[in-house]
Amino acid sequence: MDDKHKIQCKTSKAISGMGHSMKRKEDARFVKGAGNYVDDVKLPGMLYMDIVRSPFAYAKIKKIHTEEALKIPGVVAIVTGKDLEQYNLHWMPTLMSDTQMVLPTDTVMYQAQEVAAVIATSRYAARDGREAVMVDYEPMKPVIDPFKALEPDAPVLRTDKEGQDSNHIWHWEAGDKEKTEKIFNEADVVVKEQMHIPRIHVASIETCGCVADYNKVENHLTMYMTTQAPHAIRTVIALVAGHVGLTEEKVRVISPDIGGGFGGKVPVYPGYVIAIAVSFLVGKPIKWIEDRSENLQADSFARDYHITAEMAATKEGKILGTRFKILADHGYTDAAANPSKYPTGLFSIGTGSYNYDTAFMEADAIYTNKPPGGVAYRCSFRVTEAVHAIERITDRLAQEIGKDPALLRLENFIKKEEFPWKSPTGWEYDSGDYEAGLLKAMEVINYDELRVEQAEKRAKGELMGIGISTFTEIVGAGPSKDFDILGIKMFDSAEIRVHPTGKAIARFGTKSQGQGHETTYAQIIAEELGIPAEHIQVEEGDTDTAPYGLGTYASRSTPTAGAAAAMAARKLRDKAKKIAAHLLEVSEDELEWEPGKFFVKGAPEKAKTIQEIVFAAYTNHPQGMEAGFEATHYYDPPNLTFPSGAYICVVDIDNETGEIKIRRFVAIDDCGHIINPMIVQGQVHGGLTQGMAPAMYEELIYDEEGNILNGTFMDYLVPTAVESPNWETGHTITPSPHHPIGAKGVGESPTVGAPPAIANAIVDALSHLGVTHIDIPITPHKVWKILREKGVA
Amino acid sequence: MKNITVKINGEEKTLDIEPRLLLVHLIRENLSMTGTHIGCDTSSCGACTVLLDGKSVKSCTVLAVQAHGKEITTIEGIAAPGEMHPLQEGFKENHGLHCGFCTPGMIMRGMELLERNPNPTEDEIRWGISGNLCRCTGYNNIVKAIQYAGAKMRGDELPDTEPEFV
Repeated sequence: MDDKHKIQCKTSKAISGMGHSMKRKEDARFVKGAGNYVDDVKLPGMLYMDIVRSPFAYAKIKKIHTEEALKIPGVVAIVTGKDLEQYNLHWMPTLMSDTQMVLPTDTVMYQAQEVAAVIATSRYAARDGREAVMVDYEPMKPVIDPFKALEPDAPVLRTDKEGQDSNHIWHWEAGDKEKTEKIFNEADVVVKEQMHIPRIHVASIETCGCVADYNKVENHLTMYMTTQAPHAIRTVIALVAGHVGLTEEKVRVISPDIGGGFGGKVPVYPGYVIAIAVSFLVGKPIKWIEDRSENLQADSFARDYHITAEMAATKEGKILGTRFKILADHGYTDAAANPSKYPTGLFSIGTGSYNYDTAFMEADAIYTNKPPGGVAYRCSFRVTEAVHAIERITDRLAQEIGKDPALLRLENFIKKEEFPWKSPTGWEYDSGDYEAGLLKAMEVINYDELRVEQAEKRAKGELMGIGISTFTEIVGAGPSKDFDILGIKMFDSAEIRVHPTGKAIARFGTKSQGQGHETTYAQIIAEELGIPAEHIQVEEGDTDTAPYGLGTYASRSTPTAGAAAAMAARKLRDKAKKIAAHLLEVSEDELEWEPGKFFVKGAPEKAKTIQEIVFAAYTNHPQGMEAGFEATHYYDPPNLTFPSGAYICVVDIDNETGEIKIRRFVAIDDCGHIINPMIVQGQVHGGLTQGMAPAMYEELIYDEEGNILNGTFMDYLVPTAVESPNWETGHTITPSPHHPIGAKGVGESPTVGAPPAIANAIVDALSHLGVTHIDIPITPHKVWKILREKGVA
Repeated sequence: MKNITVKINGEEKTLDIEPRLLLVHLIRENLSMTGTHIGCDTSSCGACTVLLDGKSVKSCTVLAVQAHGKEITTIEGIAAPGEMHPLQEGFKENHGLHCGFCTPGMIMRGMELLERNPNPTEDEIRWGISGNLCRCTGYNNIVKAIQYAGAKMRGDELPDTEPEFV
């Protein structure tokens, strides 16, 4: 392996800048049970809220009976849509500028929709009240199948929206339709598969919740909330509630420790809004913590794309073009959390890691009577869907022409010298070395021997498959010319204050939910300033203290706020140089930097440490220079970053039961320069299990009446340590040329790259039987049915 | 209301409670120890795992009255402030946690696991924690954390904690 792919540290372990596997600073409190999650917040006089939810997917509300519930000791109030209507708070905008009910006044649109809120003096009384609220419904026939939703006789669901005369929400296109048609008409080989990327749920182990604390005397709202984007939430609250006096300086959003986010804690859910409204009206803190079933049944789902994927190629296997057509089931409203200009998120990355210049993609989004959502679940806005389509159809091509899928990929890769690469859908990939990644993965897993073993097993009637996925990610949203959410540009920020004794506090517009920012951001600053990372305190999540930023999701923290940390630190290093020159009585040109000190060129004994320099900034700064040692930077990225990976999975399948066992899984990731190898590896492990989940286990299933069939952890199958294999991980390093520290972001790569590697492995195990595609999740039952059909089982 | 007496982390407490109160709420609400978490409503996730007379239980599935006369140990009770139990150290040293929400339950489950089997294999650890869900880590490093704690408790040489990130 090329030396450039080795992790190199410029700082000592004592400083622990980039490349050191520093143990995480945040863990001290978490392992002691001393974290502070939202349900741990307890305020004097606090009341508890529980929510009455609809048993029907589509029904008229005839009457809500609250009398019996109000008789229950401890029940204080019951809030309905009619109550909120008086304050014009019964509707809210979604992040995609669609609209959503906070509480309904006449119709429910999906099962588990919020119908009324019960306020009580204890959690138990609130639940008693919830059980005692009786609602008279008049059920209607729901629209569940997104294909049927488009039929001419389908009832129009969103009658509340003016001009809405069908269940169609929007149409989107990318690429060149005519050129693509021409390529497909003339190509030697065209392969095509219909795929469903199932509706799934982030299922973070902490559910969503809040404590809304409105202080009537101060006219001030403190909102403790499970949010990945506290600043954006503050602005939204001020925009929506400014008319009742909650202007932005009167709103403080605190995102405490978060027990996993994965995109599910980006949207604004009705429960938050109701809690704020009730706290505003009664002047007491209101706690709302949803339970797991509510979380799975009502909070934003992810994925649910029906994709027709096609690839055109020469008979030798040169890829010529791709064509993807999507039907996107958004449920009751478009409550995705994409940048405004990108209704399908960054799906257009789906041309993949391959060198060809022709593609066309289109999508139609549909309303149905299912819960709203479409969030970017550990995925930079629909990249998982795109990667599944391209990586599955690439394997399909290999199968069609009888070529090894690794060889097909190696022959079609964009070469490292071809970057920056302009993709057929308009992206400029910053850098990559796809060949190095795949060759490394093949070497680690011993690919050639596996193929020999597979052939031997096949001859004996045993089922073994090898699956590859070589994906390109697109993260770090994003450059302000194209990227905003509700008009707010997607920059991010860092503010560093170094105290006189050389210890620092740094604050960010992002919010960790387990990514380890308290450690990695400290390491970036340590790298730039030479102050030991252990002496840099990182804070996020309090809008009163942190600089403005758009939060943590879509692997954007390192590309945006991480860059801001480096840039702010560099401003401080420039200042340090001026102070050092003053202290050493030389000109700045005569100084040289090594991590932690400036010294005079050729006279290394004449030096000032960063600690001495900082102390001087408060005690002996040059006349005319501003005192103190702090800097802020708002980083607007010039481009997105394009991490990549090469994953290989080996499965064994029991040919009697269809049981699938992942024997080995090797993941080689390239996220540019690595800040903390231990944390990068940990992110990859976790993302791989989350990628395995929809590939083999998870799917939110609805019957034709819109009833969810697996809305609890009893039947929604989150993988345990038993299903999860021992992941084998590694890296290549291709720095981003435009990012200040050459980093690219990594959190989502494994979630994006794992599903097609697993699906390809399972299809590969069955390919000699004529199997070309199986929709995920690929369960033993699905495999067993195929084996029965083919006369194997 | 029922009057119960429990010993929690070595301290005796007598309280009047509703008979239907769940043990996890007794711990979190009545006794204000918030290290024990709630992650589901079907006894599936194990975030609420504590020890009841030394045996790990999911405290969302035990009534507080059932703990009358018994000894409860929570994450707050396994090491003195400023100190770490080998399991806590194992999780920290091996990056066995990301968001930290499942961690107290995992550690409490690990307590009983190592008590019964001081030197478990990887497979025994995986099966042993299969009642506890983690959504962040992919479990590789939780397994390593428990192996590390086992070694420390046995007095064996500690395994290397550098990541095998080739």
